[in-house]
Amino acid sequence: MAEALRSSDGERQPNPFIRFLWRRLAVGVVLAVVVSVVIFAATDLLPGDAAQAILGKTATPEAVEALRVQLGLDRPAVQRYGEWLGGIAQGDLGDSLSTRGPVTEAISGRVVNSLILAGLAALIMIPLSLAIGAYAGTRPGRPGDLVASGTSLVFIAVPEFVTAAFLILILAIGADLLPPVSIVAPGTSPLATPAILVLPVLTLLLASLAHNVRMVRAGVIETMHSPYVQMARLNGLSEREVVFRHGLRNALPPAVQVIALNLQWLIGGIVIVEFVFQYPGVGQLLTQAVALRDIPLVQALAILIAVLYIVINIVTDLLVVLLVPRLRTAGAS
Amino acid sequence: MSERVAIEVRDLRIETRAGAAIVEGVDLAVERGSILGLVGESGSGKSTLALGLLGYCQAGLRIARGAVHVDGTDLLALTDAQVRSHRGRDIAYVPQDPQTALSPAQRIGEQIHRILRRHAPERDTPETVALVLQRVGLPADRDFVRRFPHQLSGGQQQRVAIAMAIACEPAVVVFDEPTTGLDVVTQARILDEIRRLSGESDVAMIYVSHDLAVVAEIADRVAVMYGGRFLEEGATADVLQRPLHPYTAGLIDAIPDHRRFAMPRGVPGVAVAVGERPAGCIFEARCALRVPNCAVEEPSLDVVLPGRAVRCFEWERTPPLARPERVEPALAGDAEPLLRIEALSAGYSAGGSTRLVLRDIDLTVARGRSVALVGESGSGKTTLARCIIGLHPPASGAIRLGGEDLAPRARQRSLDARRRIQLVFQNPYDSLNPRQPVGRQTAWPARRLRGLSSTDADGETLRLLDLLRLPARVAQRYPHELSGGERQRVAIARALAAAPDVLVCDEITSALDVSVQAAVLELLAELRSALGLSMLFISHDLGVVAAVADDVLVLDRGEICEAGPARDVLTAPSAEYTRQLVEAAPALEGSDGGGAS
Ligand code: SF4
Repeated sequence: MAEALRSSDGERQPNPFIRFLWRRLAVGVVLAVVVSVVIFAATDLLPGDAAQAILGKTATPEAVEALRVQLGLDRPAVQRYGEWLGGIAQGDLGDSLSTRGPVTEAISGRVVNSLILAGLAALIMIPLSLAIGAYAGTRPGRPGDLVASGTSLVFIAVPEFVTAAFLILILAIGADLLPPVSIVAPGTSPLATPAILVLPVLTLLLASLAHNVRMVRAGVIETMHSPYVQMARLNGLSEREVVFRHGLRNALPPAVQVIALNLQWLIGGIVIVEFVFQYPGVGQLLTQAVALRDIPLVQALAILIAVLYIVINIVTDLLVVLLVPRLRTAGAS
Repeated sequence: MSERVAIEVRDLRIETRAGAAIVEGVDLAVERGSILGLVGESGSGKSTLALGLLGYCQAGLRIARGAVHVDGTDLLALTDAQVRSHRGRDIAYVPQDPQTALSPAQRIGEQIHRILRRHAPERDTPETVALVLQRVGLPADRDFVRRFPHQLSGGQQQRVAIAMAIACEPAVVVFDEPTTGLDVVTQARILDEIRRLSGESDVAMIYVSHDLAVVAEIADRVAVMYGGRFLEEGATADVLQRPLHPYTAGLIDAIPDHRRFAMPRGVPGVAVAVGERPAGCIFEARCALRVPNCAVEEPSLDVVLPGRAVRCFEWERTPPLARPERVEPALAGDAEPLLRIEALSAGYSAGGSTRLVLRDIDLTVARGRSVALVGESGSGKTTLARCIIGLHPPASGAIRLGGEDLAPRARQRSLDARRRIQLVFQNPYDSLNPRQPVGRQTAWPARRLRGLSSTDADGETLRLLDLLRLPARVAQRYPHELSGGERQRVAIARALAAAPDVLVCDEITSALDVSVQAAVLELLAELRSALGLSMLFISHDLGVVAAVADDVLVLDRGEICEAGPARDVLTAPSAEYTRQLVEAAPALEGSDGGGAS
């Protein structure tokens, strides 16, 4: 990839890839700011008043007023938004209302936990979906493909909390192989007890893998019918080379886009999976924060997830551009 | 034949899974250093045969019988893995469309390296790649080998494909319509290149094409295919001069020729479909010479004269070629101008600025005249057609019809103005609605633009179908049930249903087989004299232009570089660009069977 960046066009004119990168980053920043406005407005302005929400309906107006001053809610919203954004820029996400400590402290451990979960799922999902998709796509209609596509259809049809329940039923309660919940002792890493990770990762994997497999398979079937694959065969290249260098290689760009969609889905899926398995990650924290009306925490988590979405989008776009020579070079002739 | 024979095919049969033959009973042999042309129209099985020569079949087909000896080895007797080791090394293939046949994600140097690494690892060096590229007339510097296919022009892409084919110095190279889709000037250069390679590298070549004129320029011998069989085989010059099979004769008569102002003649009927091949002679349904025996017994391909083989009982009766001179429609010399285009410029806006694709076009179509607009793809000719019918508002200039200014957009024009100009598109597959019987589609302009009642419009439809020599039952058919030629005739009928004054034809025959194209051209000529129609005929094919046009305008990158009577422009071109086109366009006459370069 590094070599691709130094493509021959780059020496003569501003590399179109670099230009694309800057443009895409700029759009990402703008998008993040817009999202932050929406998040701030939704949590801070719309539902009446945070102080009221925290104290409940029975609170006296005096108590509400006192809390408003304490929270700084008596100042104009624009000013508060500016302070909030400035804080984020300096890595200060404000103080949590429930823990009374900095938000960053409350979420950092959780973020790591969630990243472990999602990262493991992604790490297995990406190569596996490429492998199964390529396997099925190079033999459409044959038994191996029917098994792979049939199974993936089943998992697409079943929502992840049902999958989770089944897995718990079979592997944890029935066979007693794995713990049914994934509780991590505070201050320890989930990696210390890998057994608790198996079921949540498996649930995430099963739900996202199937969709990827189907898309990779469709892409490979298409490229395997393309004239350049026929040409590669007519040039006598080995079937391995035909499948990998021509079939799978050219099916990658659309596959990357689908995989990215699924990574984003993974973030959503994690909220449910963490809840089901009581795994101490961002998703669980988010549900708790909403329940406790811990508005700074909700805002921080929301902006974090939104930024993650944007980053995944940018990375995907860059990958696609890197994978498609036509997109990354200026058309010289 | 001697050991100079590089490829020898015996009794090859390729069939569908259902058992219907696509290629049947093909025998051929090509010596090193010589080129065999395989000519056939669509459905003749020529591309299937081309792939079969490499022991390859597309999905759904299988090689049922026969032998393909390449350099002494029968490819069909080998295992899959063994055949692969021969493909690309002993027999190589040059595809029809290099734009899709070169892998988009690999640099071209890499693609050549991979073939060398596979078949000749000892020669897999940058020097070999450079040498191979030079042999096909491409630059071999580091910058070039690092390019991706999309960074090359169509001609360069095809040269790369040829370089890949000759990289391992094979005994045989199969070219499958390698110049289809290239403009004529590039085509002429590629043909030169192939001829040169054949001369200097002692390789046997098989050149597959639908275009007899192209094959005439390059091949030493030619085989004519129809319905999966060879109907005739012989030295190119002999076959062109004195075809022995009635189909070959018909094919030659159907080819429009810009060096001769003859009217091409169509071969009646449509090509046989796979699975509907008759018991007797494959050509029986379209043959004017048939005798009762032809429907029962299949003739064999027999050598009837030295070096000439033909598959016909009655070959001695095949009439010699007789091209009727084109009938010039009687014209008033000072016919009133009907369609006038004045100082028209048009373009496409991209990112705030407008890129002009047409500059300062002046053009007049007088009543009853046929004007041809010649240009390669990208010359702006289709944009002009779109401007005329109001699909593309011009940047400046005027379009007048009978002295009246036309609004830039069709919807601003009166119904009557719209009725008077009709366009026939290049591709009838796209321009006909697939979900409506064609009769409804031809009746619609008559009702909408001429205000006919629905009964009258149906009557008009039948009259037009008859005029275009389509049976009345075609009215109930859907487009997919018709052949390409029938569809294009329906499209013309639909345009005529509006009773137009001017018919704008945009490459209307370029998607058709020559024999069908000739029939459509004949028909247009008849319609012109019968209806007094004026035509603006847009085409890249000089032969077609010579057959239909009174006046010719040549469009070069958006500007008219030459205009005048067809005969003058095509026989004594004055502009450099026109001269190039006229020289590059393949023609039967004046070509010498391919020695020159
Ligand atoms: S064999 Fe009969 S039908 Fe066939 S081409 Fe000859 S004359 Fe015509």
